[in-house]
Amino acid sequence: MNHVSATATSVLDAHRLRADFPVFEELLDGKPVAYLDSASSSQKPRQMLDRMRGFYEHEYANVHRGVYRLSERATEAFEGARRTVATFLNAPSEKEVVFTRNATEALNLVAYAWGLDNLGPGDLVVITELEHHANFVPWQYIASRTGASFRHIPIDDQGELQLDALDGLAREGNVKVVANNLVSNTLGTINPVEQLAEWAHAEGAIMVVDAAQAAPHRAVDVQALGADFVAITGHKICGPTGIGALWGRRELLDEMSPFNLGGEMIRSVGLEKTTFNEVPHKFEAGTPAFAEATGFAAAIDYVTTAGLEAIERHEHALVEQTMAAFDEIPWIRVFGPPASRRAGIVSFDVEGIHPHDVAQILDWEGIAVRAGHHCTQPLMTRLGVAATTRASFYLYSLPEEVDRLVAGLHKVKASLG
Amino acid sequence: MSEFEQLYREVILDHYKAPRNHGLLEPHDAIAEGQNPLCGDEVTVSVRFGEGDVIEDVGFEGRGCAISVAATSMLTDIVKGRTAEEISVMPKDELLEEIGIPLSPVRLKCALLGLGVLKVALHRTKGTPLPEEWGTSSGEISLS
Repeated sequence: MNHVSATATSVLDAHRLRADFPVFEELLDGKPVAYLDSASSSQKPRQMLDRMRGFYEHEYANVHRGVYRLSERATEAFEGARRTVATFLNAPSEKEVVFTRNATEALNLVAYAWGLDNLGPGDLVVITELEHHANFVPWQYIASRTGASFRHIPIDDQGELQLDALDGLAREGNVKVVANNLVSNTLGTINPVEQLAEWAHAEGAIMVVDAAQAAPHRAVDVQALGADFVAITGHKICGPTGIGALWGRRELLDEMSPFNLGGEMIRSVGLEKTTFNEVPHKFEAGTPAFAEATGFAAAIDYVTTAGLEAIERHEHALVEQTMAAFDEIPWIRVFGPPASRRAGIVSFDVEGIHPHDVAQILDWEGIAVRAGHHCTQPLMTRLGVAATTRASFYLYSLPEEVDRLVAGLHKVKASLG
Repeated sequence: MSEFEQLYREVILDHYKAPRNHGLLEPHDAIAEGQNPLCGDEVTVSVRFGEGDVIEDVGFEGRGCAISVAATSMLTDIVKGRTAEEISVMPKDELLEEIGIPLSPVRLKCALLGLGVLKVALHRTKGTPLPEEWGTSSGEISLS
């Protein structure tokens, strides 16, 4: 690892960390952008960018089959990245880590490769009203393909899962899959995945966890969660786009049919019959995004050096500041649980003003927030809104940016309210 | 922000806060409804024809952002007195010039929702051509 300016102290110095992110040198109308959309994608530190550039310049060749030194070097970097992801997730073995394009592809892999072979009429796939479309639509689709029923765990008005619905669900059929996000990308709710995993296993189901929104901000321990599959994505953790990972329990991965087919994932190919490679390579058809994998690993090193606990505390303080400020403003309604039970995300409504207009006027002030349904349309329906405005934080977010957001919202209200 | 832009913005705000031709016509000769699933904008446009397929009156209802409401309001002013045929081939730039401020690709969809829905209403009753992106159900904008 080269020059990480962060250290694993308990308090995070966001001002100092920002110097690692070239994007904050960009000025819009003479001001640095107040980037409050990290839940959508994070900005990139030099350490990650330098690693990828170094890899392309000094270690680049295709991985695995090469017998020459450059290819061996690339393979070692790629497999080293796999070990980094395994350690990051506290996976028992790096063979259980499959590189994917993103968390969505990881979840599709499970839905297709496990779901098509294991689901049928009378079976239940249980998701939640809080799911991102990535952990919702694949299951809805595979359930309909296999004849399984598709059910959801409802949420209460605070955006928290109503676990008392579980008994009723269990009576409806054979629960085979429980799929939930560890942190809701829209409300920031931290979900009781351990409890759900326990219930899933008692029902004989697998537990599939979408940790895309959790992994950048808090330690994700696949063993402590009791999960069977966990999906993460690189670009939300300071990494490049186009790379994510699926962790799966070895015995499940071993039994599963392949997902994508082609080169790299085979043992031998004949005109009559093809046999498949071992995990994780069985699930990595074609040339993988190995340069991105090295960037992903450098990004993981970066955030773990900054310290996930420190990041979590830092974001929590920003959420408390935001929610306290919003509390004082009668025309702002915040969705979701209290600050103590949410990650660094605040979704809200400005009375009488469409979220697109809110985001547009904030953009004129150099403040980047997201407006829309955040890929959670069932949740929008439950909240009774078409869209929300969402501010989300990361390790480089500053209290001053929250102040700018609040001032910007007053301008929004003055011009459109 | 230029003064010019500011001026256009005031026009947009005026149309947003006091939309022209607001409310559906009863009776009407043509009607269509559309949504932009990206942001949940919804608009319904109703039309009454006069002699020779001339759009005599038009009225709309819906919910949406300032850009989508203002654009549809401006549109209703533009199209009155023109024929269905003319409007069916009206280039989107004519409306965008009226709106006057630069729009990102996402906001373009908001701005053009009303025009698309109007073209669908005309297509249904007068058989005029449908804009290409509205010909399939897989488009970004969904119809009902």
